[in-house]
Amino acid sequence: MGNYIGKSEKRVEDPRFIQGKGNYVANLSMPDMAHVAVLRSPHAHANIKSINTDAAKAMEGVIDVFVGQDLIDGGVGQMPVIWQVPENKIPVRWPLTPDKVRHVGDSVAAVVAEDAYIARDALDLIEVDYEVLPATTGAETTTGDGKPLVHDEIENNITFKWGLGDKEACDKAFDEADHVIEVDIENQRLIANAMEPRACAAQWTASTEEMTVWTTSQNPHIIRFGLSAVTLPEIPEHKLRVISPDVGGGFGSKIFHYPEEIILPWVAKRVNRPVKWVATRSESFMTDSQGRDHVQHCKMAVTKDGSITGLHVELYADMGAYLSSIAPLIPTVICITLFSGLYKIPGIWGHTTGTLTNTVPVDAYRGAGRPEASFLVERLVDMAAKELGMDPIEFRRKNFIPKDEFPYQTPVAFLYDSGDYHAMMDKAEENAGYSDMRKAQENAKKEGRLVGVGVSGCVEASGYGPAATVGALGFYGGMWEHGSIRVHPTGRVTVFSGSHSHGQGHETTFAQIVADKLGVHVADVDVVHGDTDLVTQGMGTYGSRSVAVGGEALVNAATEIRNKLVELAAHLLEASVDDMVYDDQNGKAHVKGVEDKAKTFGELAFAAYSGHSLPEGMDPGLEQASYYNPGNFTFPCSAHIVQVEVDKDTGEIEIQRYVAIEDCGNVINPMVVEGQIIGGVVQGVGQALYEHGIYDDSGQLVTGSMLDYAMPRADNLPMIESDRTETPSPSNSLGVKGVGEMGSISSPPAIVNAVVDALADYGVKHIDMPLTSEKIWNIINSNGG
Amino acid sequence: MSLWKKISDFLTSGYSEQAPKPTPSKTFEYIKDNSIENSSLKENSMSHTISMTVNGKACDGEVEARTLLVDFIRDNLRLTGTNIGCDTSQCGSCTIMMNGKSVKSCTTLAVQADGSTVTTIEGLATNGNLHPLQQAFWDEHGLQCGFCTPGMIMASVGILQDNPNPSENEIRHSLEGNICRCTGYQNIVKAVQSASKSMKGAA
Amino acid sequence: MHPGKFEYHKAGSIDEAVSLGGGDASFLAGGHSLIPAMKLRLSEPSSLVDISGIDELKGISRDGDTVKIGALTTHSEVASSDVVKNGCAALAEAAGMIGDPQVRNRGTIGGNVAHADPASDYPGILVALGATIVTNSQSVAAEDFFTGLFETALGEGEIVTEVQVPTMGSASGAAYAKFYNPASRYAVVGVGVVVTKSGDSCESCRIGVTGASDHAYRATAAEEALTGSDLGDGAIAAAAAKIADGTEMMSDLSASAEYRAHLCGAIGKRAIAEAASRA
Repeated sequence: MGNYIGKSEKRVEDPRFIQGKGNYVANLSMPDMAHVAVLRSPHAHANIKSINTDAAKAMEGVIDVFVGQDLIDGGVGQMPVIWQVPENKIPVRWPLTPDKVRHVGDSVAAVVAEDAYIARDALDLIEVDYEVLPATTGAETTTGDGKPLVHDEIENNITFKWGLGDKEACDKAFDEADHVIEVDIENQRLIANAMEPRACAAQWTASTEEMTVWTTSQNPHIIRFGLSAVTLPEIPEHKLRVISPDVGGGFGSKIFHYPEEIILPWVAKRVNRPVKWVATRSESFMTDSQGRDHVQHCKMAVTKDGSITGLHVELYADMGAYLSSIAPLIPTVICITLFSGLYKIPGIWGHTTGTLTNTVPVDAYRGAGRPEASFLVERLVDMAAKELGMDPIEFRRKNFIPKDEFPYQTPVAFLYDSGDYHAMMDKAEENAGYSDMRKAQENAKKEGRLVGVGVSGCVEASGYGPAATVGALGFYGGMWEHGSIRVHPTGRVTVFSGSHSHGQGHETTFAQIVADKLGVHVADVDVVHGDTDLVTQGMGTYGSRSVAVGGEALVNAATEIRNKLVELAAHLLEASVDDMVYDDQNGKAHVKGVEDKAKTFGELAFAAYSGHSLPEGMDPGLEQASYYNPGNFTFPCSAHIVQVEVDKDTGEIEIQRYVAIEDCGNVINPMVVEGQIIGGVVQGVGQALYEHGIYDDSGQLVTGSMLDYAMPRADNLPMIESDRTETPSPSNSLGVKGVGEMGSISSPPAIVNAVVDALADYGVKHIDMPLTSEKIWNIINSNGG
Repeated sequence: MSLWKKISDFLTSGYSEQAPKPTPSKTFEYIKDNSIENSSLKENSMSHTISMTVNGKACDGEVEARTLLVDFIRDNLRLTGTNIGCDTSQCGSCTIMMNGKSVKSCTTLAVQADGSTVTTIEGLATNGNLHPLQQAFWDEHGLQCGFCTPGMIMASVGILQDNPNPSENEIRHSLEGNICRCTGYQNIVKAVQSASKSMKGAA
Repeated sequence: MHPGKFEYHKAGSIDEAVSLGGGDASFLAGGHSLIPAMKLRLSEPSSLVDISGIDELKGISRDGDTVKIGALTTHSEVASSDVVKNGCAALAEAAGMIGDPQVRNRGTIGGNVAHADPASDYPGILVALGATIVTNSQSVAAEDFFTGLFETALGEGEIVTEVQVPTMGSASGAAYAKFYNPASRYAVVGVGVVVTKSGDSCESCRIGVTGASDHAYRATAAEEALTGSDLGDGAIAAAAAKIADGTEMMSDLSASAEYRAHLCGAIGKRAIAEAASRA
């Protein structure tokens, strides 16, 4: 047992952030640096009949202006889709579109100028002759006959179809059901809005023909691969360095390969100056890949004693105007596979139609497919409980997968690793004082107040993922992770991780893991990430995978190092290796039972590098790289209980109490884990009550700024009561499951369930998110409230 | 077929035949004389000379009338701790202290700050000692990605200045001009509560 | 994010400001309505005349039954001023609801009133309080000052110099209630009320509404309903229900016209009840 795993170590990242010394891409300044601005389409759908850049080029301070055809002629490749499902129709997408704009914000031209103000001025001088075309919107309606085609070659705007489950078993369940609960759900379009807008910079070194690209990415190695293999093949991978320094939040929106990552290096080489582009927030709204946007037709089959027997979902997922890098994955492979939820459901069938509209592309956003799945399951479960007159917790308990049935094979491909859902719900009830909450609710009702109590129980798949599995499911690569530990002669340690931290605190938590395993002081371990020249390989951070996969890679590397330390110590102590033991609390290798016959970590490190006395067959040096390919995904879960009150006069919703129980297996740093849970819950509150990326019929993004797109503020919430149960994952030696997304998955259904409960007397069966005050008031008002 | 062409085809499968073809006649030369010394940028006839005290030091600079204070701070003074998170004055990432009050530097022209006393996040620590708010944000895990943090801390300086012993509700309400996407605000509130106690103790 | 180019002049006096203003020039005080619009290039004046250094436009004072607030007074100064709190506390409270603390440290009452955003708070409470907007060339009652969407009684090159607010008598109470847009925090509906009692009943009242229509207005139908009433829950509800009467409600992303009309009543009820309790 080491010293650091499980401890709430203060973060080593924080000193630079609290002193304003964060290293964000927008802060970069290089000698001779020029600035890029990108012209964005004001129309959702239009042919570009001509572009005249003469006036812009002639403007004082403008270095050059490039259009789509320039880049194509200059050898850029089409933007790739790196996760595809079978028979996926891939729309053509260039970094600057040469001929047609397909969403408001589609990129049309790039200006390079001496400063950002001039670059912005020059955009106004670019004359684009647009022939505006009718636009198509609506995840399901866009497939109608006669609708405008977003891409001429893709019929009915359908880019893929994907189904999973046992249709026969499902149909049988519905034939035999005592109750069928049906609901149509719209899981609304969301905009990630990480606080740092995207940015990109590039520097071409002609003397060595090397290109450096800085980008606000969650996965710089994938970007390096994408550029060198597909989109900017003139720069081979070994000459390309991609750096994602401090990144100010991602939530998925910074996974994808974006046009600017291609434009900036291409331009840097042409103008032979370093260049930088920083998105304005308005640009982010219309170019960052967005989230959710499903229309779901759902039904659940239930027996009269409250057993769920079937779940049938037909869903339409709006992909936007192009397929973003991993877009096809989100409403298919990591959505339908979670349709079992926490429950034993024999017959499940889910089918997705991925559709195209003249809107900003859609891809992963915190939860990525799992919130869309959990929401429909938890709404149906609540509606079923109501129909049967059962308490919503009682109904859930009846259907939970019992703890002795793990690992549990769901009917929708995934093998859940471990869980004790009953214990988790016990804790939620206990912490919430559930029966007291219900009593208080009754009393409030007598006073004419609308108090509601809502529950959710969710599970998700994290720790992406076994390489063969993800490959079979459509990913270009493998979701292994790389970790490397380099011990220095003075006994200090540098860790290189292919994971990327943009708020998750890996510099602290990964140091804890390595220090714990090696028995060194955590302050003697430095974690490096985000630079493809320093970290040889990596798959990046998303899907709550970093600790389960990146952390485990480091455990494996540390184990190899420990083996070498023990072997070297045995040699130096003239003992047999089998008689040795490694003490990771004190950082030394010693003879079993003879503690003072020992060599410390420091002594061994120096000995390894001096090489004066090494055992037969041992090379000098003390470093280890590891590629860890996980055997399974991990399955964190949660139970949330929320108490809300609805203001009868205005329809406003107040969250009065929020109790969140998470089970993410073992944890490395409880403080960091709690921060992720609470942050996730609040983003889920955002979806439930405030956020909506709204497009009008002409494809205009009506909520195009923070003036109109509402996000939670500090005064929208009470303190969230967060607690955990721990069922370690058997999938990795750390027993960890990952936690980054769970909060945003479980909070929307908990809140909606609570509000529907509050409005029970108004005959409300379901309300689509966001639950704006006007929407709630309409319900109250139209029911004689 | 080369490995890369195979991969490239796979990743953009099916529709690359439809894509516009390169026209061989057009090539790009490296544009050699593009350095800033050779640029066509002339003396800006609309420039203003401004001076102010920033973090205790006298600073001056040449700006256009339209130069935002946040850009003057970040680009001219190279104090990049103050961040830009939006363009509609909502998010508060750009918050600084100007003449003793918390102000959104993105909604202020640099010329409006002529003659002012400005404190940015970089000027908060004294003699290498963290300000109690900085320490509290660290102790309470009041930050994750760090981008909103300088603005949060500076806004909190203003909050505690006006209200040294705020309740939880007062803190939450006073932070309405600052948006965080990572933390859910809970630990930020705890950090301000903690700092208010330690600052009271020190007073 | 980046405004277009413009000339910038700092005026040392009202006369200088007036001579530089007019035409395509805009006056700049705190800039917290103007600069956001310029950053999005929705507003592109060719020149800005900075009036923030003009001393005659500063200061809060009490002159008999009138509180005089210089145009350059920031919202946080109004919110924290003892003179304002003692003279007309509801104005201080309303000022404290504008934007957020940082915005309140820069935005000015003169700028806010001149800009006349239909969703800003001051117009609602100033109309209710019976305030007077004083410019360099005229004095206009607040209820006549706001004339249309971003339109006021200001002529070209005219500057707001002062806002004068009558103090509350002992038989009067005032309050301002606001329904916040969750994104922008502007007023979807904001209702300012002054109630003057005679005994327990309402002798007279003024109700000013912002956010609901394209400009702030006096809810005269509601005032008539409330006047003479016993100020009980029923009377207040009945009067509040008339706040939207006779005025076209705005319909936008924040709220439909129907919901706005309803909010006028719901929020108005709260403001009337609070004002009555203070009278």
